[in-house]
Amino acid sequence: MDLAELHATAERERARRKAIRVLCCTSSGCQASRSLELFHQLEAAVTATGQDEAVEVASVGCMGFCGQGPMVRVEPANLLFERVHPEQAAEIIAALAGQPCSVERGDPNHPFFARQVHVVRRNGGFIDPERIEEYIAAGGYQALYRVLHDCSPAEVIQEVTRSGLRGRGGAGYPTGLKWATVAKSPGERKFVVCNGDEGDPGAFMDRSILESDPHLVLEGMAIAAYAVGAHEGYIFVRGEYPLAIQRLNRAINQARKLGLLGSQIFETAFDFKVEIRVGAGAFVCGEETALIASIEGRRGQPRPRPPYPAEKGLWGFPTLINNVETFANIVPIIEQGADWYAAIGTAKSKGTKVFALTGKVRNTGLIEVPMGMTLREIVEDLGGGTPDGTPVKAVQTGGPSGGCIPARLFDTPVDYESLAAAGSIMGSGGMVVMDAHTSMVEIARFYMAFCMDESCGKCVPCRVGTVQMHHLLSKVAAGAATPADLEQLEQLCGLVRETSLCGLGQSAPNPVLSTLRYFREEYEALLRADAGASAHGEP
Amino acid sequence: MSNRAPADPAASADNRQKLLEATMRRYQYRPDALIEVLHKAQELYGHLSLQLLASIARRLHLPPSRVYGVATFYHFFSLAPQGEHTCTVCLGTACYVKGAMEILTALEAETGLKAGHTSPDGRFSLLTARCLGACGIAPAVVLDGVVIGHADVEMLRARLHALLEETPVAS
Repeated sequence: MDLAELHATAERERARRKAIRVLCCTSSGCQASRSLELFHQLEAAVTATGQDEAVEVASVGCMGFCGQGPMVRVEPANLLFERVHPEQAAEIIAALAGQPCSVERGDPNHPFFARQVHVVRRNGGFIDPERIEEYIAAGGYQALYRVLHDCSPAEVIQEVTRSGLRGRGGAGYPTGLKWATVAKSPGERKFVVCNGDEGDPGAFMDRSILESDPHLVLEGMAIAAYAVGAHEGYIFVRGEYPLAIQRLNRAINQARKLGLLGSQIFETAFDFKVEIRVGAGAFVCGEETALIASIEGRRGQPRPRPPYPAEKGLWGFPTLINNVETFANIVPIIEQGADWYAAIGTAKSKGTKVFALTGKVRNTGLIEVPMGMTLREIVEDLGGGTPDGTPVKAVQTGGPSGGCIPARLFDTPVDYESLAAAGSIMGSGGMVVMDAHTSMVEIARFYMAFCMDESCGKCVPCRVGTVQMHHLLSKVAAGAATPADLEQLEQLCGLVRETSLCGLGQSAPNPVLSTLRYFREEYEALLRADAGASAHGEP
Repeated sequence: MSNRAPADPAASADNRQKLLEATMRRYQYRPDALIEVLHKAQELYGHLSLQLLASIARRLHLPPSRVYGVATFYHFFSLAPQGEHTCTVCLGTACYVKGAMEILTALEAETGLKAGHTSPDGRFSLLTARCLGACGIAPAVVLDGVVIGHADVEMLRARLHALLEETPVAS
C-alpha cells in the first residue's frame, strides 16, 4: 500500500456509494432496541420498492443519542428518525419517495447535537465500522502515512506535546510527556498498550469509540508506536463489550490485509502488530500496573510505582499505556495540527472530552464537548434537565473514583483542575445526573460497595478500609449511626486515601468525601435521633 | 491467527477439547495466554471445573495454584455451572439511579433466588453486572444474552414466565 493506492481505495469507495444513504445505528445500545432487525427490514424495504439503484442502507456506529435509539439518519437530506421500530422500516423508505411518514423525527439542530464539537466522534454514525474502505474514504490512514514519510519520531512527539492533549483515562497526565519518557527509555523491545478496560459504572465512551470507529484507535496506536519506537501493541478491552471486540478484531484483520498494520507499513521499515486482550471482569485492571499483570496472564494486582510502566512495563520493557479516547485524539491532531487542537478548550485542558450523560436527564447518550463548557450547559442545554422537571440535585463525575457536584456549583467549567477543586475528578467521562429523589448517602454506599467488591486485596488499607467504610455507611443509611460513627468514617476516608497502594484505594473515599462536603445534612438527618446533631459544618 | 478449527462449539466433549487445544496451540502454549485460554474454555464448557483448570495448568506448564488463583480473581470466570437460562441485572450507576435495585428485588422475590445463585434444578441463574455500558438505555437487563433496555418489572416478569414456560423456578 502506498499513498496512491490509499487515494484510489478512497475514490473507489466514494464512487460505490449511492445517492441516498440510510444510516442505521447498530451499536450495542441500539442493538438492544432491535436495530439489527430494523437494519434488515430497511434493506428489504429498499428492494421491495425498487430503489436499489439510488438508495443504500448502511450499518453505522453510534450517533450519540442512545436514549432515543434506535436511530436512523438519511443522508444527504440529514433527516433523523428516533425510536424506530423494525415495523416502521417500510414507512421510512416510502418517505424517501415523498410519502407522508409518522415515525418520530429527530431534530438535527437540537442543542444536544448542535452544541457538540466532534473531534474523536467525527466518524461515529457516519461510517460502517466493519468496512475499512469507509474509514479510508473519510481520510483514514493518511495521518499515519504522513507521519511515517515526513516526520521523525521526535517531531511527532513534539506535535502531540504542543497540542496540550492530556490523558483521557481520568488523571490527565500530559500525553506528549508520557510519550517522550517511553521514547527515551532504553529497551530492546517496547510496547504500546491501549487501555479499554472501561470499568467505571455509568461510562461507555470507550465502548462507543471502539464500536463506531475502531480504525481511528488503531491508527492512533500505530502513530504512537512509531513515535516511541515500539513494534508491538495490545488493546485491552473489557469482556463485557463483545461487539467492540468483534469489530476490533475485524478492523485489525482488514488493516493487516491492506498492509496498514504488520510488517513494513506503507513500504517503510516500520513494523507494528497489534493483539487484543480480553479483560475478565476486574475494575482494578484499569490501573496501569494491574492492567500489565493481566496482559501477562496473572492476577490483576497493581504494584508500587515507580518504576512507572514508561520505564518498566510489560515483561519489564518500556511500555506506553494510553486510554482509548487519548489514542483516538492523535489522528485529528496530526491531520489538523497542534495549533488547531490547542485552540479548543481552556488554558490547561485542551481539546474536547466525550461524556456519557446518563441518569435522571431527559436526553441521555454520548456527547463530545469542548473542555471548559459548564456543567449547567451540559445538564440543562444538552441534557434538557430531568425528564419530569424535578430539580437536578447533583452530577456525579468520575465514577467510583470521583465525586458528586451539587447543582449550586453548576457554573463550574468542565476541565481537569476545576473538577478537582470541586472535589471530584474528570475521570474517564461518566456523568450521572441525580435529582431530588436520589439519596446521596445511598449513592456513597453504592460506590463503596463497588470499591469493596473490586478491591484486589493486595494492600490492607483498601481491603479492610473499604469494608469498614461500607459498614459505617450502611449504619448511617439504616438510621443507627451516631456522630462518633460519622467522625470515624471521615477519619477512615483520610487514612485509606493516604495509605492505599493504587488509585482504586486512594480514590475510593472520594464519593463519601464529596457527598459529606456538599450534602452533610443528608447524613446528619439520618443519625440516630437520640444522638443529637453534629456540630460540624461544611469544611 | 488462522489456525482455527472449523467446528461447532456445541458439539461433543471431545470436540471441545480439540478446540481448546487449538486455542492453546495458537498462543504457542505461552503462560501469558492463560486468561485468553480460560475465556475460550469457559465459552466451550460453560464453566471452569477444577479438572479443566488442572488440565490447562499442565498444558501451559503452570502450577495449578497459579491457574486457580487467576480463575478465581476475575469475575468473568465461573467455577460452578450456570443455569440453562440466565438473567443479569445491571447495577451500574445509571441503572442504579433509574431503579435497578427495585428490579433486582422484584426478581429475587419472583424467583425465590438470591442474586448470584442458580435454582436447584439448574434451570435458571439470577446474576448481577457492574456495568454493561448500556447506560443510555438504563435500566438494562440481559436475558439469555439479549440486552433489554428501559427494563421494567412487569415486562421482565412476563418474559421470564415465557422463558420458563410458566413453571416455577425454585423448588
